[in-house]
Amino acid sequence: MNWFIKTFSRRHNWSIPYLIFLLIFVVLPMLLIVYYAFHDADGNMTLRNFTKFITNAEAANTFVYSIGIALITTLLCILLGYPAAYILSNSELCRSKVMVVLFILPMWINILVRTLATVALFDFLSLPLGEGALIFGMVYNFLPFMIYPIYNTMQKMDHSYIEAAQDLGASPMKVFTKVMVPLSMPGVMSGVMMVFMPTISTFAIAELLTMNNIKLFGTTIQENINNGMWNYGAALSLIMLVIIFATNLFSDEDEANTNNEGGII
Amino acid sequence: MKKFFAQTYLWLLLAMLYAPILIIAIFSFTETKVLGNWTGFSTKLYTSLFSGGVHHSLLTAIENTFIIAIISAAVSTLLGSVAAIGIFNLHHKKKMIMNTLNNIPMLNPDIITGISLFLLFVSLGITQGYTTVVLAHITFCTPYVVLCVMPRLQQMNPNIYEAALDLGATPMQALRKVLIPEIKPGMISGFILAFTLSIDDFAVTIFTIGTEGLETLSTYIYADARKGGLTPELRPLSTIIFATVLLLLIVINIRSARSKKQSNAQ
Repeated sequence: MNWFIKTFSRRHNWSIPYLIFLLIFVVLPMLLIVYYAFHDADGNMTLRNFTKFITNAEAANTFVYSIGIALITTLLCILLGYPAAYILSNSELCRSKVMVVLFILPMWINILVRTLATVALFDFLSLPLGEGALIFGMVYNFLPFMIYPIYNTMQKMDHSYIEAAQDLGASPMKVFTKVMVPLSMPGVMSGVMMVFMPTISTFAIAELLTMNNIKLFGTTIQENINNGMWNYGAALSLIMLVIIFATNLFSDEDEANTNNEGGII
Repeated sequence: MKKFFAQTYLWLLLAMLYAPILIIAIFSFTETKVLGNWTGFSTKLYTSLFSGGVHHSLLTAIENTFIIAIISAAVSTLLGSVAAIGIFNLHHKKKMIMNTLNNIPMLNPDIITGISLFLLFVSLGITQGYTTVVLAHITFCTPYVVLCVMPRLQQMNPNIYEAALDLGATPMQALRKVLIPEIKPGMISGFILAFTLSIDDFAVTIFTIGTEGLETLSTYIYADARKGGLTPELRPLSTIIFATVLLLLIVINIRSARSKKQSNAQ
């Protein structure tokens, strides 16, 4: 027994190197963001980085504008992606799994290459680069990230609910609004996370799609860091983190609920 | 009728998703400066891409990208597999903490990972370059390796390992002959995944690459695109990257399909 306990303890200790690694390269750097955000360049504690953000019209405007763009992108992705996920998960409408793979594939292509491809498309159609190109590029870049989670939830959905609703005389419209939509909500929520988060944090995409005419919040952060304004950049990063954390809480709550429901059933 | 509309919708969306890439791929075989203006088939862009001249640093960038990807993927696979075995054997609460920590790099947006690591390296006074990029890539790749190896451990029959010990194998032998063969498919998938992630990365790399002139493919594309919009040489380059990623993904998919079949057969 003794040797067994020894080996066992040795094996669970195998997580220690990774724990140390995580502490140095994940936890400590995150704490550094907080530290830099609340200190000035000389190392004195200050809130000036945050007041600077609030009083600086340009940064605040960029922030609001970025959230707007992110919301529009997310909404368009839901509008385009939801029907696609529905069709893909419905065996009557789409039988081949290859289709699903085709929709997921673009997720793995370098985002810069995808963005340059969008620029190429607009060049090809001789359309001007600008806000329209920005939104198209964002939707193009992140649509697969919306379709995939919704498809996944619909795939796992118990289809007898739909049949039950139909048997009980619900119209197709009713089945959709009262059964399909509520049941697929967790997928939509994680899709929203996967689209909203990157849209608000990207920096190179906007630059390339608008010939540097429109700035998003990510670009502002990158510029500050590049220009040596680490403290201000860290404060802006922290603001972004808080927003992402807040949206995360929403979807987490939702997921926890569905997990419980699943457990009960 | 309904099916027809559904199929049309899917194909239209796919056309939208793939049109840009296709245009780039098609026009990588012609010399024109302006897209849409076909000036005859030519592979000149491909040869000029690799033959030096203005783009002499491209070869170095490709070399750097691959070396960084191979080192990061190898270290991530090792670190992640060892960690997965450790986490798998942890007790409930500690396991949850480790899993949460493991999730942070995956949930964090790239820009935050990049900036946080940038701040770490400047605070510690480490000059940014090869080492910092590799460390950064290991940071965001390892969680995915852990996620690839973990299911293999959960599927594994724990009695096999104990049986090996009962039959007189040393823990080292049991590890080599029982545990590693069981988790090997997960390790390989993890390695390929880490490799693709590393090659693909831009946001983290740009913050950790420093100013010593080191370039990877992503930062090269970024610098080039920033300078001159869409320079013709980026077309064959994008096409090659797209084809490579496609190939790697097909390999991963075939592998996972095969392992599913195997586990079904068992």
